[in-house]
Amino acid sequence: MTTQLTDHTTSVPVASAEPAGTGPAAPPRGAVASRVSAAKTLRQSLTVAWRNVMQIRHTPEKLLDVILMPAVFLVLFLYVFGGAVAGSTQAYLEELLPGLIAMMAMFATMGLGTSLCDDIRKGVFDRFRSLPIARSAPLIGSVLGDTVRFGAVMVVLTGFGCALGFRFHAAPLDILAAYGLAYLFYLSVCWISVLIGLSVSSPETVQGVSLIWTMPLTFGSSVLLASAATMPGWLQAWARVNPVTDLADSVRALTVGGPVGLHPLYTLAWAAGIVIVTFPLAMRLYARRV
Amino acid sequence: MTHVIEAESLTKSFGATRALADVSIAAERGQVLALLGPNGAGKTTVVRILSTLLRPDSGRASVCGYDVLTQAVQVRHLIALTGQYASVDEELTGTENLLMIGRLLGLSRAAARGRAREMLARFDLSDAAGRAVKTYSGGMRRRLDLAASLLGDPEVLFLDEPTTGLDPRARIDVWDTVKGIVAGGATVLLTTQYLDEADELADQVAVVDRGRVVASGTPGELKTQIGGQSLVVRALDRTMTAPVALAVQEITGSAVDVRDDTGLVTAPASDPAMLAAVVRRLDDEGIAAAELGLRLPSLDEVFLTLTGHAAQDEGDEQTGRAA
Repeated sequence: MTTQLTDHTTSVPVASAEPAGTGPAAPPRGAVASRVSAAKTLRQSLTVAWRNVMQIRHTPEKLLDVILMPAVFLVLFLYVFGGAVAGSTQAYLEELLPGLIAMMAMFATMGLGTSLCDDIRKGVFDRFRSLPIARSAPLIGSVLGDTVRFGAVMVVLTGFGCALGFRFHAAPLDILAAYGLAYLFYLSVCWISVLIGLSVSSPETVQGVSLIWTMPLTFGSSVLLASAATMPGWLQAWARVNPVTDLADSVRALTVGGPVGLHPLYTLAWAAGIVIVTFPLAMRLYARRV
Repeated sequence: MTHVIEAESLTKSFGATRALADVSIAAERGQVLALLGPNGAGKTTVVRILSTLLRPDSGRASVCGYDVLTQAVQVRHLIALTGQYASVDEELTGTENLLMIGRLLGLSRAAARGRAREMLARFDLSDAAGRAVKTYSGGMRRRLDLAASLLGDPEVLFLDEPTTGLDPRARIDVWDTVKGIVAGGATVLLTTQYLDEADELADQVAVVDRGRVVASGTPGELKTQIGGQSLVVRALDRTMTAPVALAVQEITGSAVDVRDDTGLVTAPASDPAMLAAVVRRLDDEGIAAAELGLRLPSLDEVFLTLTGHAAQDEGDEQTGRAA
């Protein structure tokens, strides 16, 4: 290839090109801080979160998966396993419902990665990245906005569960703690979904990849069975170290009673650990990918 | 004289694909600089580097004197980007899209609301303000995208193929908007595949091919370099092609190209007045024309003249985004 490189900077006196009425060149804007303060970051994140909430308001079908999935799971698991596992569906419901809250804290995060991947492909994030806002605001905002989905999960599970006969046997504060714990854990798992959404090139792939890592963690835990006694040794070991077990056991103890133990602490430690590892990774991927 | 937009010897590769081999451009305040080139020439990559979305492998670039790599935050305060794909949120309404940008730029709720209303009116979108963007036409989306970009009063605006995929009317609307933006004092860098667009809008044009700037200058200089306009005439009655060719040859004084299959007569026209002369001459001779006009060379012709090869797609410019 022999393309000739002619004079490759372009410059011409500005006078002829400048339209009348432009006036003198705009003064340079005041000195700009090169880092965005934490308060501003939070405000910008909330603005991005507001965007997700408005999307859901315009297209309520976006919540269909997180409304139907827990309802279907509840009915299926309850009537398929109930009699065999706990003797009666009623007895099993108290074991199952808290477990399903933990299960959904995993599954409900999948939509986040998918929509993030889609946003990046459509160029919405190009706009965010060219705005003078905190680098982390679009990602933090997307995570915060996604909490609406887990809110829907909680409402469906609690409402539908109570309709089927579930009763709380704990103090209101304990119940609140259980839900708060599930929320925090869910938020931390969201960052794994963000990581997948950023590293995969098509929204369809996000779904597949998410299933692969959530399945063994979710089902290889105490989500469906409070006792791991009948599992083979290796699976018992897996379930014991699995953070989903800690969450399920915590929620169970805090809603229907029983020894709480150290499970809530482990759950919190896991949630913190997940964020500490995934957040910087997500920020690095974001800086490179978009 | 310092340049508002300045890029020096930018290079960028995506894996084995070399997007930019060596690009240097500069634009002064209040000017429109057009990057003209086919798909895959590297235009989008240049825009993405200048708008701080992408790091070059080597080279230097600055906007209003701020380095795009080391002073990216300052640069982002001064620029706005309208990408090749309308980067507005389809699921939100027009108002909500602008509200979000206003809030992200630090406006109060009330100020953002007022500014959104103002921008929607300015871009003739007030009637559609409460509708989801997915119901908008291509032209409306592009206008909303421009409104979002201009909401923060940027000093420098990057427009990546602002009229690609638009119908002719929407295209002219966007052109008018760009002229208005420049009249307001902003500096604009736009990329385009159309010579007529560069001719209409740009003060300076840089022709980009295979990651290099192969020619640059004012649209006038460029047209002189590539042969300028052609006079094109086709007689309604095909048997009159010969007298038409003779008339064109005498008036333009240059060699005439006659297509036997279509009867199209083409000749380089150095002076637009030649068109009027041809009209009078044909009228005198009582010859009716089916087609008559002045035409700019197509991008293909430009490239053939400048580079000796035709403009061709060289892979998907999207690599800049996927990599």
